[in-house]
Amino acid sequence: MGVRRGERWIVRHVDITVDRGQLIYLIGANGAGKSTCAKAILGLLDIDEGTIERMSSLEVGYVPQRLALNPTLPLTVRRLMTLTGRFPKDHIESALAAVGLDRLGDPPVTTLSGGEFQRLLLARALIHRPDLLVLDEPAQGVDTAGSGVVLDLIQGIRRDLRCGVLLISHDLHAATSTGDDVVVLVPHEHDEPPPARPDPPAHLSRREARKL
Amino acid sequence: MLDDFLIRALLAGIGIAMVAGPAGCFIVWRRLAYFGETIAHSALLGVAIAVLVNLHLVIGIFVTAVVVVLAMYYLERRDTLPTDTLLGLLSHGGLAVGLVLLSFFPDMRLDLQGLLFGDILAVSRLDLAVVWGGGAIALGMLWWIWRPLLAATVSPDLATVARLHPERALLVFGILLAAVIAAAIKIVGVLLIVALLIIPSATVRRFTSSPEQMAAGAAVAGVIAVAGGLLASATLDTPSGPSIVVTALAVFLVTRLGRPRREVNAR
Repeated sequence: MGVRRGERWIVRHVDITVDRGQLIYLIGANGAGKSTCAKAILGLLDIDEGTIERMSSLEVGYVPQRLALNPTLPLTVRRLMTLTGRFPKDHIESALAAVGLDRLGDPPVTTLSGGEFQRLLLARALIHRPDLLVLDEPAQGVDTAGSGVVLDLIQGIRRDLRCGVLLISHDLHAATSTGDDVVVLVPHEHDEPPPARPDPPAHLSRREARKL
Repeated sequence: MLDDFLIRALLAGIGIAMVAGPAGCFIVWRRLAYFGETIAHSALLGVAIAVLVNLHLVIGIFVTAVVVVLAMYYLERRDTLPTDTLLGLLSHGGLAVGLVLLSFFPDMRLDLQGLLFGDILAVSRLDLAVVWGGGAIALGMLWWIWRPLLAATVSPDLATVARLHPERALLVFGILLAAVIAAAIKIVGVLLIVALLIIPSATVRRFTSSPEQMAAGAAVAGVIAVAGGLLASATLDTPSGPSIVVTALAVFLVTRLGRPRREVNAR
């Protein structure tokens, strides 16, 4: 599949298959189009060529790279868990326990550390019991030890839920040692050089403009 | 003491505040204050159109506001101009066209002052029925789109992945906002209606820990502001819209006097 912005291809000739229980890494330099790929797979972007095939009734869990919260919106840890669906209390508890946040009480999410918030987003995705889990650089902004913890969590979730995992990462070393397959995006050489960032500003402002 | 018109105004005002509170929370969360202003300003064009084709004012304002919402929804996706520029175009364009149109009817007994700042004498039985009927529908709509709208407010991407159709929820919310503003114009006026949307929710933010609490609290704060403001307006013979906003502002300031409550971390 490929995604084009204007005349320029952001990504092209990408071929990814994620089977149940597999951990697939999507690796690439800044600007190679990793996030664009992920958004296309999630159905957040329309693709300009190729096809995306999904298992019927595929439940997808998505952990975004970052989430900017407006502090005027009061949200606690447990309220965030039911943001996109209603779930029984014990499901919430077990999802929080899976990422080690169950003994935190119910504090406002604004008081969480970066790593805790990232794990909360992971718990929020897995409460949907996804068949496919897509994580956009979950270890970003976390130190090396922290990224190991995140990776262990993801491995555990993959075993427990038997879900496919698509993990966007910079870490080629972790990818080759733990991944079932590694997809490396290289900047497109047939036409113009790739944009300097995975999300060029024009694209960002467009998405932000979606606020009504 | 309480004349009939005051009771009607109070009932209408309370009905409006109960919807404006929760709707206003989303204005604050989504930073839509200028969007609200745009709908409010377009109301004058709605009045002109209502006069031209002989419609009930609230209906004329509502229909015009919905057209503005749809135009904004379309332009944001098709046009490269920044959102606030588009809003400015629609807002002042609508206001200006409305004023020019109204100037063609010099004989119209139209109370511009009342439109801009609200007039409690203007609430008829029919208005009251429109406000409560429309308000009940608006609250029902908000209940229906609550989860998608809240999810879209936190993250449109997460809402889309969870198949919550955030775009649809946003469109419904825009129409709902048009209804709230159309209903509130008679009491609060074009220029001050956004205050009734944002001050109550800003007032209760720090006393609440969930979106639902904040919405309910904003409804209560709005009812207090409307009731206090209308009573003051009737006793002191001040214009109703400014009196309501001054009351809301006073409540806001009083709640700020105490020591700021820190967000309690349960750890």
